[in-house]
This record gives sequence, C-alpha cells and structure tokens, in this order.
Amino acid sequence: MLEFLARRTLGAIATLLVVIAAVFFATRLSGNVMDYMLPPGVDIETKQAMVERFGLDQPIWVQFIRFMQGIFSGEWGLGLYERRSVVEIYAERIPNTLQLFAYALGLAVVLGLPLGIVAALQRKSVLGSAIMTLAFVGYATPNFVLAIVMILVFSFNLHWLPSSGDASALHFLMPAIVLAAPMLAEIIRFARNALLDVMGQDYLRTARAKGLPERLVIGKHALRNAAIPVVTVIGLQVAGMVARCVLVEAVFATKGVGDLIVFATIGRDYPVLQFGVILIAGLVVVTSLVVDVLYSAIDPRVKVTAS
Amino acid sequence: MTDLIARTTATASGARVPARRPRPSGLAYLWGKAGLAMRLYMLLLALTLLVAALAAVLAPYDPNAQTLLARLKPPVGMAGANPAHLLGTDQLGRDIYSRTLHGLQLTMVIAFAGSFISLLIGVTAGVIAGYARGAIGAAIMAVVDIQIAVPFTLIALLVIAVFGNSLPVLIAVIGVAGWESYARIVRAQVLSVSRMPFVEAAIAAGASDWRILFKHVLPNVASPIIVVWTMTFSAVILLESSLSFLGLGVQPPTATLGSMVGMGRDYLASHAWIAVIPSLVIMFVSLLVLLIGDWLRDALDVKLK
Repeated sequence: MLEFLARRTLGAIATLLVVIAAVFFATRLSGNVMDYMLPPGVDIETKQAMVERFGLDQPIWVQFIRFMQGIFSGEWGLGLYERRSVVEIYAERIPNTLQLFAYALGLAVVLGLPLGIVAALQRKSVLGSAIMTLAFVGYATPNFVLAIVMILVFSFNLHWLPSSGDASALHFLMPAIVLAAPMLAEIIRFARNALLDVMGQDYLRTARAKGLPERLVIGKHALRNAAIPVVTVIGLQVAGMVARCVLVEAVFATKGVGDLIVFATIGRDYPVLQFGVILIAGLVVVTSLVVDVLYSAIDPRVKVTAS
Repeated sequence: MTDLIARTTATASGARVPARRPRPSGLAYLWGKAGLAMRLYMLLLALTLLVAALAAVLAPYDPNAQTLLARLKPPVGMAGANPAHLLGTDQLGRDIYSRTLHGLQLTMVIAFAGSFISLLIGVTAGVIAGYARGAIGAAIMAVVDIQIAVPFTLIALLVIAVFGNSLPVLIAVIGVAGWESYARIVRAQVLSVSRMPFVEAAIAAGASDWRILFKHVLPNVASPIIVVWTMTFSAVILLESSLSFLGLGVQPPTATLGSMVGMGRDYLASHAWIAVIPSLVIMFVSLLVLLIGDWLRDALDVKLK
C-alpha cells in the first residue's frame, strides 16, 4: 500500500512539473510579451527598461529557473490587466467555482445513483429504458447547447431563473445542471452496468438461496460490490467537470475560475492564464490520485494488481 | 481472381471444389449486421455528410452575404417570415440556412482533418512505443499519461492564446487532441500481436519489420482504431464547437456551427432561432455519431481498456 501510494504521488508530482514547464515554454513561444503589453508608440528606452525589469533579456533557462523559484516562493506574478497578484485574483474566484462544483457533483450523485439502480432493477420495463435513453441524450448533448436551451426556456420564457451572474444560490442552479448533465449520464450508465454485473454473480444466488429477503440481497450484497467501479467513475467525472467548468462558467458568467481563464485566453493575459492552467491541472491530478487511493482502500485486489 | 481461375480449372478437370462464399467487404458486413434503426442512423449520417459536401450547391445564398434590409427574419412558419429565407436570417441579414450548410461543412472538414492527424500521430507513436520497448517507448507512454492527466480544453486554450485563433491552429489543436487513445491501443496490440505464432512464423520466413507491421500488426488493430475514431470524432465536433462558441475558433465572418451558436447567444431573448438552429444540427450530428460508435464497439467486439 505504501509503495503504491509513493509511486502514484511521485507520478503526480512529475506530471505537474511537466505541466508547469510546458506552460512556461509555451507562453514564451509567442515572442516578447512587452510587444503587446505596452501601448503602441512607446519609445525604445522605456521598452528596454521594462524588458530588463521583468528579466526578459536573460537567457530563457535563467528565466525558467527564476519562474520556478517564484512558484516555490509563492510569487506568481501580476495580472496584466488588473495589476495585482494572480493569487489574489484567483482567491476571489475560487469560492464561486467550488460552490458550483459542489452543486453539480451533489446533483449528479444524488440523482445518478438511484436512477442507475432503478434502471438496473427495472431493466426490462419502460421505466428502465426511458432512464437509459435520457442518459444517452444527456451524454450526447453539448454543454453549450443545453445551456442555450435552458436559458431560453427557464430565463426568457418562464422567467423562473436568472440567466447569468452569481448574486444568489439560484444563479448557480442552471450552470450546476448543465455541468452535472454529462456526469449524471455517466453515473447512471456505470451504476446500472456495475449492478447488473454483480447481479449475475454466484454470491448473490447464495444469498438468495439462504433465504435473505430481497432488500438485503440488493442492499447489502449487490450495492456494496457495485460501489467499487462507481467510485472510480465519479472520480474520473470530477476531472471532466473541472475541464468543462471553463465553458459553463463563461456562458453563465458566474465569476469563477473558468470564465477568468477564458477571458485571460482572449486577452492573452499570460500570468493569469498560466496560473489557471496549473491550478486546474493540479486539481485534476490530485483528484485522480485521491480516487486511486480510495479505490485501493475499497477494493483490496487493486493493490496486488496495481503494478 | 486467382481463386476464380483455380476453381474453373479444377471444375474443368472434373474435381469438386466447394463453392466459397465471397467474404463481404467491411462496410457490407457491418450493414448486414446492423438492425433497422442502426441502418437508419447510418443513412442519416451519410446524408448529413453528403449535404455538408454539397453545401456550395445546396445553399441558395453566399453564407457571408449581408442583406441589411432583411435582418433578423424568423424561419418560415413563424410570424413575419420572409419566404426567401427558409430558416430566417441573423442580425446582419445573412441567410441562416446557407450559413448552417456551410458551417456544417467547415465543422466536418475540421473534424475530419483534425481526427485524421490525431489518428496518424497516435498510431505512429503507438507502433514506435510497441516496438522500441526501451527508453523511447517509456518516454512516449509518459507523454500519453500526462496528456490523459491534463484536461485537453486547457491545452487548447493555451495553444490558442499563444498562436492566435485561425483555421490551421484550430485543426492542429484538434489534431493533438485524442492521439493518446490510439497510441495506447496500438501499443498494446503491437505488444500482444508480436508474440503470436503467425508473426514468429513471418519473422522466421525472413519478412522485414515493415512487412510484418503492415501485413500482420496493423490489420489486427483496424477494429479498435475505427471504434476509437468514431468516439473521438464526436468529441472533436464538440471541442471545435465549444471553442468556436467561445469565440476562440475560426475568425468571423466564417461560419462554423459553434460560432453561429456563439453569435446567436446575444440575440437569444428576442431572436432565439439564430442560436437554436445550429445547436440542433450539432446535437443531431453528435447523437448520430455516438449511437453508431456505441454500436460499432459492440459489433466489432472491441474492448477499450
């Protein structure tokens, strides 16, 4: 267990270091940042002074070492537009994004697990196939199409929900549903398949043969064993959700990390963009590490086969 | 041909040759295996591709031609529609039907070109990683692991921020997406096939590495590659539309389905059709590709792990 943990942690750290290096070199590929940061018509001396001040006249590897030193001492640079520390800028945005994640994940799990279980237990009925059809459509609908349709129906036609902003919890409902939809679909599919797999196992027949009531057969034996793959897929979905939040937040203007990253891309605000990329990559890497550890804690077989 | 000659000569000499059923080609085989609904999906997809290919012929107007006097006209069937514009016009008086056709075409071109590039990169990397099992193989697989770990949207945003948004950049970005799934599958297949007796026999018979690769290894990976390709194709359509939707795809006024939705978003409250029509087309295409991909995976019996 310890060795497995150590190897996975090392792998995660290596991945993050590569991401940081890639982000650094990619943003320097586009030439001198000063060329488009300074207003047009700036004289050569001022420009030279700025270049020296930001250390842009140093060889690239010197810049890289400084960049890494900055990262480890917590100096992440200033946003090009807001002129304050990117850490500060992000700190303001993170609560909104976490709130959105919590709603979306809660929605997907709270609805997805029971729906998946019903779909498995009722797989030959109309209800079962209706759930699965819904799951497929939810999976195939692009995020922004769902967002557009929901805004159209619930904001403009019914006037039930606000179409954008972050003023109240109600503002987060639509983005949370859009963010949750593909995740919900995947959880339904996985929960159903995992439960169906388990239902065919010998130990369930044994449980029934020894006269256990059906609710215990399903509740104690089937669900517990079906939980293993479902935990993994929830973990994987978190990574997907983090990636999708960029688009969803941009559509609903929830003032979170995602729309910040999109505007940094459009405005070429490299310090903001690179911090955002590293932040989200870090979040994803840590999530999959946690899922792996959790997985091996639930299912002892994983540790043996992990190598 | 040789079969035919052999059979005719054999029959002529009086020997009995069992009549051999010709092996159906890939598409005919799949068509025969498909149910009624799946055949309908396939026909619909073929029709969609045909329509996309013939956009220039089918579109009644230049997609970028503006008729400012006929701005924001609703589709035929709604009050105030102009019969000259079947699906209405947008805020600049451009014909939405024409733009949707051209947008569909460009979306398809980007998706085909991008997914083909990622297929080439992925298969090549997978073959190399499978053959060169030392440091090179390990390095390729490390890159694969990293790309899996980092959400691709972020890589795409980074590349677009650095190189700007243009059609070549967009295709390149999409080409880099998804190669890792091919690389993993091809590598695994190379590793397992190269231990098969028929490959050992070919080696013993003196076949070159290239011959073994093209005659024995790659034909055996064809099914998983096709399945991964269908899966990535719908993902690629969604990636392209999402980026264009955010204004990070092709430059206006060029239409792709995603950029049309993105532009139409500003008029959603009053003129919803501008965004809704291309949205429906994207959803239709993505649903079709996913349905067919799901079915192909079962039909070709591919295990993606």
